[in-house]
Amino acid sequence: MRPFSYTNAKNKEQALQTFTKTSHYLGGGTNLVDLMKEDVERPDQLIEVANLEYKNITKNNEGGYTLGGMLSNSETANHPDIRKNYPLLSMAMLSAATAQIRNMATNAGNLLQRTRCPYFFETSMPCNKREPGSGCGAKDGMNALHAIFGYSDKCIATHPSDMCVALAAMNAKVEVQKTDGSSRTIDFTDFHRLPGNQPEKDNTLEPGELITVIHLDEPKFSDHYYYLKIRERSSYAFALVSVAAGLQIKRGVITKAGLAMGGVAHKPWKFTKVEKYLEGKKPNKVNFKAAAEMAMQDAKPFEGNKYKVEMGKKAIVRALTQAFEREA
Amino acid sequence: MDEMEKWKNGSDTDQLSKDEEKIFDEIGLNGTSRRKFLKQMSAASLSIWASSYLTSDLLASPARTLPDNPEILLNEVRVNLRVNDMVKQLALDSRTSLLDALRERLQLTGTKKGCDHGQCGACTVMVDGKRKLSCLTLAATCEDKEITTIEGLAENGNLHPMQEAFLKHDGFQCGYCTPGQICSSVALLEEAKNGEASYVTEDFKDVKTDLKLSEEEIRERMSGNICRCGAYNNIVQAFKEVHSGDDEMPTWEFATAKQMEKAKNS
Repeated sequence: MRPFSYTNAKNKEQALQTFTKTSHYLGGGTNLVDLMKEDVERPDQLIEVANLEYKNITKNNEGGYTLGGMLSNSETANHPDIRKNYPLLSMAMLSAATAQIRNMATNAGNLLQRTRCPYFFETSMPCNKREPGSGCGAKDGMNALHAIFGYSDKCIATHPSDMCVALAAMNAKVEVQKTDGSSRTIDFTDFHRLPGNQPEKDNTLEPGELITVIHLDEPKFSDHYYYLKIRERSSYAFALVSVAAGLQIKRGVITKAGLAMGGVAHKPWKFTKVEKYLEGKKPNKVNFKAAAEMAMQDAKPFEGNKYKVEMGKKAIVRALTQAFEREA
Repeated sequence: MDEMEKWKNGSDTDQLSKDEEKIFDEIGLNGTSRRKFLKQMSAASLSIWASSYLTSDLLASPARTLPDNPEILLNEVRVNLRVNDMVKQLALDSRTSLLDALRERLQLTGTKKGCDHGQCGACTVMVDGKRKLSCLTLAATCEDKEITTIEGLAENGNLHPMQEAFLKHDGFQCGYCTPGQICSSVALLEEAKNGEASYVTEDFKDVKTDLKLSEEEIRERMSGNICRCGAYNNIVQAFKEVHSGDDEMPTWEFATAKQMEKAKNS
């Protein structure tokens, strides 16, 4: 690992003022420290922000809840208010990694996870995300784990988070603090970006911006929810394909749907059109199958990941079915 | 002058190429500290060269002769590490993981380095009662936190019930993952008491405490600790005995043809 100086930020102001272009904020470190060991990330200063005061879960003005960015993933997923109101979020978060890692990882850090594309991790390989201009090894290489939606010539990596897939289905908002002391709020679907010509940028944060809290809308999917995660072993693996499905059902009709997929794009892939399609429909197999066909029709797989298209369709049907059949 | 002579006189240490000088300037070493650093580096390479001439006795105990704190550190951080009710102030390179601080500086070698990348769980310790991976935790972030390692589980010379159970049920073969497995198990006992959920929990909205975990639950919740020898059944058995008093051997069976068919068609 390359040398770096360490600053334990006592407050938000100190964190923001200490930031330089070559600094990194440190949350739980579960991804960042690993990438530093691999020489993929090379900050010359780490600013620890895990101890800042954003560690609560509180009610907000939208009738929902606000999650502290520095609260751990396990404390968030297990918080009684989150389990009761947003069980879809709890389920997605608890499908991720392991108890040890969830105890370390922060909510803000979860959003900033980097891809697990093996070409990104291996410094002897080309990777436009790690080293812009060096090429993409995966496009014509081993691409079983890669994107089928929204990729570019420069990068076909996927976003690894489970939490973010649920947040995309739930229309969350991310509040960030800028270095000049002001703050701004970003819609969750605008937070992560597609690779385009700048795959080195995973999200729309400006240098030095610090995620402080995540706002959730009033709960809609607390009765009908399911997070389906398909992976190469039954626990402790990243998703090949995952589906966050939430349904609000009144008098036998879907009044609100949330549907997003993980493991298939550079960002959590939200099916906005399909959500609209499901609203007003009956929750049955025919409609779920039609939704799945509609969702996957734009998929353009590579040699190694053709399986994701069919898997994606079945996963959507299964997740929606499980969400519907759950005893309210 | 041969290599050894040069090293003894320290006469080669000031003759750096332009590139080398640039590197040392970049990492902030110059003047006396540069000379000291280079001497230490030479000493380190000598010890590798000489290791084949040393007896195993000498090699087994070098840590004890180390000074408490090294003379020169890059990006030094001072940390009060509270480990197993003992407090020690260490001066550390900011890069030092909690795992390396425990093993290399406090000689607490019970915690094991497996993959060093957060993929195996061998380095699991408890930080403020929560199980965490010491390989991905920077020691610098542990100021005033309570760290419990495998060495801190026994009380008054009596093993922790989980340690007893692992012995009784052969919850290991080679034993390398065992300290991590046991620390993880001890933390899981608390998590079950607190009613924490897992991905296989059926109803997330139903928040209860004092959970009695099924085998499926135990396996999911212990998935962060890999056992290359495959002693999983025995590990589950050991955990169950302490958790619920049930020490029956875990059972499993192959799926029937009918179950396979059903899975394919669903």
